[in-house]
Formats: sequence, structure tokens, C-alpha cells
Amino acid sequence: MEPLLVYPFPVAADLSQALERAGYRYIGVTDEVDAERKEPDDGWGGAIIMADRSPEEAYKLAVALRKRDYPLEPLLMVLRSEQLNTLELNRDLFDDFVVSPLNHRELEVRLKHQYWRLGRGTRPELVEYGDLVLNLETYQAAIARRPLDLTYMEYELLKFLAQHPGKVFTREALLNRVWGYEYYGGARTVDVHVRRLRAKLGEEYANLIQTVRSVGYRFGQSRWSG
Amino acid sequence: MMAMMRQQQYVLRTVEERAVRLIRLWFTDVNGQLKSFAITPAELETAFAEGMHFDGSSINGFSRVQESDVLARPDASTFELLPFGPEAEHSARMFCDIETVEGTPFAGDPRYVLKRNLARARQLGFTFMVAPEMEFFYFAEGDPTKPLKPLDSGSYFDLTLADVASDLRRRTIGMLEAMSIPVEYSFHEDSPSQHEIDLRYTDALEMADTVMTFRLLVREIALERGVYATFMPKPLAGVQGSGMHTHMSLFQGDTNVFHDAETGGLAEPARQFIAGLLFHAREICAVTNQLVNSYKRLAPGSEAPPYVTWAHNNRSALIRVPVTKKDKPSSTRIEYRAPDPACNPYLAFSVILAAGLRGITEGYELPEEAVANLFELTPAQRAKAGIVPLPVNLSEALDEMERSELVHDALGDHIFEWFLRNKRAEFAEYRAQVTPYELSRYLPSW
Repeated sequence: MEPLLVYPFPVAADLSQALERAGYRYIGVTDEVDAERKEPDDGWGGAIIMADRSPEEAYKLAVALRKRDYPLEPLLMVLRSEQLNTLELNRDLFDDFVVSPLNHRELEVRLKHQYWRLGRGTRPELVEYGDLVLNLETYQAAIARRPLDLTYMEYELLKFLAQHPGKVFTREALLNRVWGYEYYGGARTVDVHVRRLRAKLGEEYANLIQTVRSVGYRFGQSRWSG
Repeated sequence: MMAMMRQQQYVLRTVEERAVRLIRLWFTDVNGQLKSFAITPAELETAFAEGMHFDGSSINGFSRVQESDVLARPDASTFELLPFGPEAEHSARMFCDIETVEGTPFAGDPRYVLKRNLARARQLGFTFMVAPEMEFFYFAEGDPTKPLKPLDSGSYFDLTLADVASDLRRRTIGMLEAMSIPVEYSFHEDSPSQHEIDLRYTDALEMADTVMTFRLLVREIALERGVYATFMPKPLAGVQGSGMHTHMSLFQGDTNVFHDAETGGLAEPARQFIAGLLFHAREICAVTNQLVNSYKRLAPGSEAPPYVTWAHNNRSALIRVPVTKKDKPSSTRIEYRAPDPACNPYLAFSVILAAGLRGITEGYELPEEAVANLFELTPAQRAKAGIVPLPVNLSEALDEMERSELVHDALGDHIFEWFLRNKRAEFAEYRAQVTPYELSRYLPSW
């Protein structure tokens, strides 16, 4: 899993302890600009925003993260209990909240629940979708417990798609986000790799990667076409 | 740089996780033979960081006068577990780029030559996509002193239970897919024991790597079953030889520039590309058809194209424009039918691309399409129609190549000169032979 965005920076000691204990990587940011600058190539794995100390800036950041083309999720807010009455108005700004002072176990369970809800699995080093599992620490992939022998770019493409299920990406977008550097094959390279991935996934799972006519590709089921 | 580090990290980790014992480092000599040496996982990090030193003087076309040491630098993006061989699941391969000890690209490395030509295409905004049809024969054994024994007498699209070879082919395709080489079609060709496997298009660099992998894999899997597979262009007299018809197109981003959206046919760049290939076909022939034996396949009377012509769907033409579905612009392409599967794919794709691009940059005009069956025309009719033949033998092809500024430029001094020298020697050796044919033809009467 990609690192979590954590606000504010420097990260509060109790939060960093909780995240480290649960095995999540994270990067502290000072504001929206900083968040963009520090964003990993594959995007943020989620966000935890502490609104208990400077609520205004915290909400501003949350708004910016949710207004993106692909709203950042999951987004957890950390609040003081007296802030709870302001929650109603800002409901679509976050997926869940935790009340400070932090209870480590509670934070961990709520994060897990969010990842489960998004179909992203509950172990931070794994990307899971149905029978597909990618281990981000060991770079290994398996489908229905059968290990997949993938080249680096096949692995990276599958990882990216599996991390963004249901979203449609154009070939250019995939080339930019997955390859990210100039490559001899150009945009058709994406087709070549999708074809190989399908062949390696095997007939039963080949349709995990769907062709969206005259647009590009989508992984898994769309939330809307379910 | 970052991307490269991550790819190397991926390889190191996968080697560890999958308990890979040997990593084979592959590269190609100027003749197009695959060369390999193996390293252990312990050496892998050094190989990435510093490259592996080796003596290039033992490699065909690598030796230089001053010094012979070169560096092999594994390309992590080509890392692939090998699904065959005695240590199945425990060995992997990577293709290497060859560098001089000073760390500059080595001019005798065919992979570098192709990269250089592709970079030129990219400067014009093009990526070069290719899909070859690989033909080959299975024989009961590979001993050149004995008559060749085909595995079957099957013909085109033949399907019989006794077809041992089709089982071999199926296994081969399974292995190819496992090595990221998807197959378009496969079928029994019309000569005894001849087979064809059509590969799905990729960019030319990947495809050249793929052709190298393909040839090894087909031969290895045949050997496992005690059968000999060969890519020799014309192993049997009197039946079709093996070609490597190559389908190709140029893309700009997502767009196939060979496709004319209005007519559904060929766009101007495609017509110019064909014109370039036709104009330079005789010059590049020594590279696309590099063996003495290659020219036996090209002799008139078989399906191979002996004349420099193009046509829609006329299979006797050198360049064919296949019919494509109107709603599939990405499949508009041309098919170059001269190459044979014993070519060096890096060099062959290089000179084909150079010839086609020359047509585009110089705005060559496309001659008229050949409509008649060229084999039925008399030499006089062909001359009148301006139809020239391909070189009739390797010697003539080398003469054409030697005069070609285009081939010289595409291959670079080092390979251009070595290739000519080496192939001249090959032809001289052939010429000095007295063949069984000559004895049976001349001895009784003279």
C-alpha cells in the first residue's frame, strides 16, 4: 500500500506510534501544496487529518483532497469530542472519524474497516481484490493462490489497476502513471501488457481487466455497473 | 533513473522470493545467434551496479582491434522466469545491453543498433510496431550428414491424431504465453512438418528480444521430446521454405499513422513507408536474408516473393497490404514478406525501419500496385512494368548492401564492415564447394 497522508507535519507522537505499530507507512504534510509535492508516484494510500488543533486549516485540506478528480479515500478525521457537533455539516469530507486523545486500537480498526469497505484488503502490505493478491513488500502476485510470474512492468500495471478498481484509465494515463518515463513502445505498450496480464491471469480471471471501448481499461467491476 | 532502480529492486526481490538459482544473461552476436552466460543471485547486485566484464573477442562481430573487453549490463525490464529446462522454476533470464569498458554503448551490439534506429523514429514522433509470422520445421533429428526426416506429411491446417508436432506446438505456445509472448495464430504450414506461429504485435525492441526467446524456446522444447526444430530458410528442396513475414505499422501515441480515417485505407505515411521499403529492398536484403540458403527460399516458383512489388492481397508481392476491418484502425498495417527466420531480428528491424522512414522523410512516391500474378509474366513483360527482382544470391545482395549509404548509416561502421567481411567469406566458402547436384548433373555427360 502507498503511504498515508498525515496532517499536520510534524506528525503528533501518539499518531505516529499508532501507525507504526499497525504497520502503515505515512508522510506528514503542512498544507495542500506540500501534500501535492510529497505525493508518491502511485498516489496516497489514504489520509488521516488531525482537526483537533487547527480545525480550519484541516478542513481546508480535506476539501482540497476530496475535490480531486479521484477523491482521496479513505480519509479519517481526528477530532476533539466538543467538535462532534460540527460534524453534520461536513459529512462528505471524510469517511470516518476518531476522537482524540487517540486510542491506538480504535484507529487501527477504523482504518482496516475503511480498507475493507473500499475492497482494498486489510493488511497494509497487500493489495487484494477477490482472488488476486499482490504483496507490495515482496513484489509477488498470486491469483487463487497460484503465483504469477510477472515482469516488472506487468506487476506495476496490475498493482496500479488493482489499487484503483472500477476506475477507467486511458492508455495515455496508464503510460504516464505506471511507466512514467519515455518508452520505445508508446501508448500501444499498454495494450501489449494488458494482453500479457490477461494471458498470465488465465481464462477464468482474464476479464478482471476490462477493455472500455475507445477509452481505455478498467479493473474489476465498476461501482455503477456492479 | 528511479524507474531503473525500482526495476532492479523488483528483480532482486523476485530472485530471492522465488528461489531462483541461476540468472542467465542473454545478448545477441552480429550473426543473430543468442549468447548466454549465467550468474548466481549473489552476483546480481554487482551485475546491475557495474555490469559484467567479459572477453568480446570470442563473440562473432564483437572483436575490435584495440581491446576486446566489454561490459554486459542486464536490462531489468526484461527479467523473466524461464519455464523450461532442467532447473525449471529456478532459473531466469535478462537481456543485456553491451557497453565498452568506458561505459559507452558498444557499436557491435545489435540491440544497441536497433535502439539507435528506434530513437530516430521517435524523434519523428513514431513508435514502430511489428508482428512477425515465424515459420519453422520439425525433423526427427538434426544430423546434417543424414537425409532429413519430417515428422509428418501433414499439410496446411491439417489436424490428425498422429500429429506429434501439433502437441509440440501446443506445448510451445503454453511456454510462450508463460514468458509474456502472446500468440495470434498457430497452424500447420503446407510443407511436411512445417509450422507457423504468429506473434502478436509489440514495439520493435521487445519483438526483437521476443524473436530471440522464441527461437530458443521452440528448439529447446523440441529437444525435450527428442525432435529437432530448425529456422533454416530452405531445408528441403521442392517444398516451401520458412519465412518471417513481418507485419508493421507506425504509431503516434494512440494513433496508427498508417490508417486513413476518411478512406479506411492507407494514409500517406504508409504509402511513403512502402515506397521507401521498395526502393531500398535490394540494399537491405543481405540483412533480412543473410544466409546462402536464404536465396534458395526466394527462388521463383515458391510462395516467397522474388520481385520488388507491392499489392493489396496479392501473395506473390514483396509487400502486401492486408485487408483490415474498417472499425479497427489500429490493425491497418503492411506486411513485408522477404525476411526469413534466420535473420538477426535487431538488424533486420533496423534496416526495414530505416528504409521505410527514408520514404517518409524524403517523400518517396509509391509506384503502381502489381495486379497480375507476377510469376505468369515473361521477363520482358516484367521489365516493361519496371519490376526488378530481389538479389538472386547472397553475393549480389552483399554488392547491393555495400553500395548502400542507408544500410551503412542504419547499422553503423562497426557492424556494416564486419557483416560484409563475414558474409563475403561465407559466400566464398560456399562457392568453393562442389555439390551433389553438380556431380549428378555434370559427371555423367562430361
